[in-house]
Amino acid sequence: MKIYVCVKQVPDTSGVVAVNPDGTMNRSKMPTIINPDDLNAMEAALTFKDQNEDCKVVAISMGPPQAAEMMRELLAMGADEAVLISGREFGGSDTFATSQIVAAGIHHMGLEKEDMIFCGRQAIDGDTAQVGPQIAEKLHLPQVTYAVDIQKDGDTLTVRRALEDGYMKIQVQTPCLITCIKELNEPRYMTVKGVLECDEMPFTILDYEALKDEPLIEADTIGLKGSPTNIFKSFNPPVKGVGMMLEGTEKEMANDLAARLAEKHVI
Amino acid sequence: MILDQKHARLQKLFRQFAETEFTKEILDRLDETGEFEWDIFRKMARYGFCGVKIPKEYGGAGGDYLAYALLVEEFARVSPVLSIYANTSNSLGGGPLMLAGSEEQKQTYLPPVARGEKIMVFALTEPGAGSDAGGTTTRAEEQPDGSFIINGRKTFISGAPMADWCILFAKTDPTQKGSRGISMFVLDMKLPGVSCGKPEHKMGIKGYPTCDLVLEDVHVPASALVGRKDKGFGYAMQTLDGGRLGMAAQGVGIAQGCLEEAIRYAKERKQFGKPIANFQAISFMLADMATETEAARQLVYHAAQLKDAGKDAGQACSMAKYFAAEAANHVAYKAVQIHGGYGYINEYKVERFYRDARIVPIYEGTSQVQQMVIAGTLLK
Repeated sequence: MKIYVCVKQVPDTSGVVAVNPDGTMNRSKMPTIINPDDLNAMEAALTFKDQNEDCKVVAISMGPPQAAEMMRELLAMGADEAVLISGREFGGSDTFATSQIVAAGIHHMGLEKEDMIFCGRQAIDGDTAQVGPQIAEKLHLPQVTYAVDIQKDGDTLTVRRALEDGYMKIQVQTPCLITCIKELNEPRYMTVKGVLECDEMPFTILDYEALKDEPLIEADTIGLKGSPTNIFKSFNPPVKGVGMMLEGTEKEMANDLAARLAEKHVI
Repeated sequence: MILDQKHARLQKLFRQFAETEFTKEILDRLDETGEFEWDIFRKMARYGFCGVKIPKEYGGAGGDYLAYALLVEEFARVSPVLSIYANTSNSLGGGPLMLAGSEEQKQTYLPPVARGEKIMVFALTEPGAGSDAGGTTTRAEEQPDGSFIINGRKTFISGAPMADWCILFAKTDPTQKGSRGISMFVLDMKLPGVSCGKPEHKMGIKGYPTCDLVLEDVHVPASALVGRKDKGFGYAMQTLDGGRLGMAAQGVGIAQGCLEEAIRYAKERKQFGKPIANFQAISFMLADMATETEAARQLVYHAAQLKDAGKDAGQACSMAKYFAAEAANHVAYKAVQIHGGYGYINEYKVERFYRDARIVPIYEGTSQVQQMVIAGTLLK
C-alpha cells in the first residue's frame, strides 16, 4: 500500500505579507513553512504506516528547488520517499494547472488499487481548497474532503467529514483521495534519527522532461499560460489588534484576564 | 560559526519541540512540586532526544557533540530543568559506558537508555568529596570470587530517585592515595542495600529530583566493573569533560531565554511616557547581554566542533563552561533588573531563570575548578 501525501511550501502568513508592485505576493521576502493542513495529511499517512509494515508514504510537492528543504523535513518526520516536481515550465501555475501537474506526477509514479492520496484541506496562502479535489478529478478517483477521521478496512475507507452544521460519514473504495483538516490529528515532529538520515533517503526530482509524455501534460494546461486564474490584486488587510481567546470557567477566565491586563500594566 | 543544514534542521526541531511542548502549565508544575514529569520525558524519548549522541549501534541517533549542545541549548532556552531530562543519558549517564564499557555492557545498558526506557545517572560526589573528587571514601571491597561489596554515601545525585541504574565511583584500593585506586561501576539501583535519601529542596532546577544515595553492603557482580579496576577517576574526568560542554550549552540557553524575555519586556513596559527600551540605561544592558550570550555560544560550538573533530578539547570545554555559566548569571541578573519589581515575582519567567542559572557555575565542575583546569593547561 502506498500513500501519496501532497504538500505545499507556503509563506508563513502569521507574519507580514510582502507584496510585489504588481500586486502578487513576494514569496522570497517571507519565511516559508510546510502548509499546516498538509502536516495533518502527513500525520494521517504516518499513522497508517505505524500500523501497517507494508505501507509506504510518499511526500509529493510541486514547487521551486528551494522546496527541497521542506521535503527533507518530511522525510525526517517519517516519509519513505519524497518527490519534488520542479521546472521553469511549471512556474506560475494556478490551482487548475497545479492539480494537472501533480496528478501527472502521481500517475507517473504509479497508483495501484489499494493506494491512497492524502492532501491538506487548503493552503494558507491561497485558501482555495481546490487542488486536492481537482487532482482527484483528473485522476478519475473518488474524493472525500474535510476528513476528521479515517478508518480503513481492506480496500474500503470509512471517512468522517466535518461540515459546518454537522458530520457526514462516507464509505469509499481505494484508490481514492482524502483532504484532511486540522481536527484529524496532531502532527508529529521530525525525529533526531530522521534528521540525521534524511539526506540519504530516496528523493526524486521530476522536471518537465520527466513528465512531458504524461497524457495530462500539455503546453497549454501547465504553468502561467495554462492557468485561467488572474490575480487582480493582493494586499495586507488593515491591521486589527491580535485577539486572544481565553479558556476555562468564567472565574478562571476572569482571573486570567486580570493577570494578563496586570502584566501589560493596563490595570 | 555557521550551522550546516543538518544541524540547522536539528536546531529547528529542538526549538519547535521546546516551544510547543514545554507549556507554562508543565513548567509551573515542575517548579511547584519539584517532581519528575514522566509524560514529557516519554515524549522526548519518542523523538530520540535521549539518545542524540549515543551511537546508532547502541540504539541512539548517532549525532555528534554539536547536535547534543544544540539540544541542551534549545531546551534550556525554554526550560533549564527540562534540558536536563534529555541531557543525562547523552552525557553523564551514557557517557562512561561509551568511554570505557565492554561490548557486552554497551549492548546491555545503552539501548534502553538511548530509547528512554531506563534512566542511568552518575554518582561521584560525596559529602566530603566535591571538587576534590579524589577524596572518594565509598569503598568497594573485592571478594575472592571477583565480586564487590560496596559501602558508602553519595550526595547531590541528580535523578537518583527515578534511576534504574547508576554509574558509581568507589575506592577499590585504599592503599593508593588520592584519586588513584578508584574504580567505576554500573550499579543496579534495585539491588538490596541501595537506598535514596529525601529529595533536596533546591533553589532552582526544580522537577529533576536530587538526593543522597546510600550504599550498605551492596553486593555487585564482577561484571559491574566498567573499564579497568582502579582507573575510574580518569574515566570520571573524561566524562565530565563532555558533560561540561552540555552544561555550558545550558548556560547559553538560559542566557538566550533571559535576553528574549528582557527585550520583550523592555519594549512593552512604559515609564516616563515611553518604553523603557528607549532609555540607554536599558538598551545598553541589552547590548551587553546579547554580546555575552553570543560569545558564550561561539565558545560552546567551537568546543563541540573540536570534540567532533577528535581533537583535544579539555581546555576549550572548560573555557566554554566557565564563560557560559558566568554569562548565564550576568544575563539573568540584568534580565531581572530590567523587569524591576516584576522580575522578583514568580509569575515572570526571568525569576525562575535567575534561580535556575545559579547552579550552572556550580555543577559539573565549579567555575573555580574550570579556572584550575584552564590555568593548569597554561602552566603545564
